[in-house]
Amino acid sequence: MVIDCKHVWEHISGFIDGTLDPAVREMVQRHLETCEICSAVLDSTRNILILTADDRVFELPVGFSERLHARLDEAMREEPPEN
Amino acid sequence: MIAAIVAGDSQLFHELIRPYERSVYVMAFSMMKNEADAEDVAQEAFLKAFRNLAGFRADAKFSTWLITIMLNEARNRLRRSSTAKTESLDDTDPETGSVSPAVLVDWREIPSETLERAEVRSLLENAVKALPEIYRQVFLLRDVEGFSVSEAAEALKISEVAVKVRLHRARMMLQKALAPVLKSMTPARRRWFSWS
Repeated sequence: MVIDCKHVWEHISGFIDGTLDPAVREMVQRHLETCEICSAVLDSTRNILILTADDRVFELPVGFSERLHARLDEAMREEPPEN
Repeated sequence: MIAAIVAGDSQLFHELIRPYERSVYVMAFSMMKNEADAEDVAQEAFLKAFRNLAGFRADAKFSTWLITIMLNEARNRLRRSSTAKTESLDDTDPETGSVSPAVLVDWREIPSETLERAEVRSLLENAVKALPEIYRQVFLLRDVEGFSVSEAAEALKISEVAVKVRLHRARMMLQKALAPVLKSMTPARRRWFSWS
C-alpha cells in the first residue's frame, strides 16, 4: 500500500519515537526513500528536537539553586516535614 | 531516602531534589513566562513538597509528583493574579484537525554549536513559549526534560494517548514555526563547491 505525504506527516512523531506499528513504519520508510519533501520534514523536526533539548536553550537563572536551598534551609529550621 | 527525611533527617531533602530542580523550573517558566515568577513558583513547589513529603505515595514517581505540585501552584497564582494574561487555563482544546508542517525540499543539518548564538537560543525558546499551553507542557516534559509518555501523562493527569497526540502537534507546530527561519539563518557552507 502506498501512502501520501499528508498521511506520512501524521506519523512523523511516531516514526521518530519508534512507536509505529511495523507495517505502518515500513510504509512510511518506503515513502521517505523517494520523497524529498517528507524527508526534509522528518530531518528538520528531528534537528529541531535535538536543538530545543539542549541545556543551553532553557537555562536555570544564575544563583537559582543557591537561593532555593537557602529558602529550604530556612523552612527546615522553622518547621520539619509533617509526620 | 524519603522515609529518612520524614523521620527527621531534613537535610537529605537537599540531595533528593537536586536532580529535579531544572525540570520544575523549566515547567514553571513555561507557565509563568517570566524568570522571577517562575523561580518563586518553583521555590514554593519545593517547599510544599518538603512539607507534604509524608503524603507522597511510593507507587508514584517523585518527579511527576513534584511537577503536579508545581502546576497546581502555578495555576493558583495565575488565577489569583489579575494581571495574568488570559490564556486558557483549562484543557478544553478540541484537539481536532491536523497540524501541517512547513514544506521544504531539503534540510541541511543545523549543528548544536549554532546554539552559541544567543539569537538562535531565544528563537527556540520563544517558539516553545508561543505554543498553546497544553502542547507546551507535554513538549517540555517529554522532549526537553526527558519524561516518558507515562510519566508525562501522570504529571499532567491526562491519558497516554493525549500525551502522544499533543506531543505530535507540538512538534509539528515547532517545525512549522522554526524550520523556515532556521534554514534562512544558516549560511551556505564554504566547503561545498558547485561543479556545474
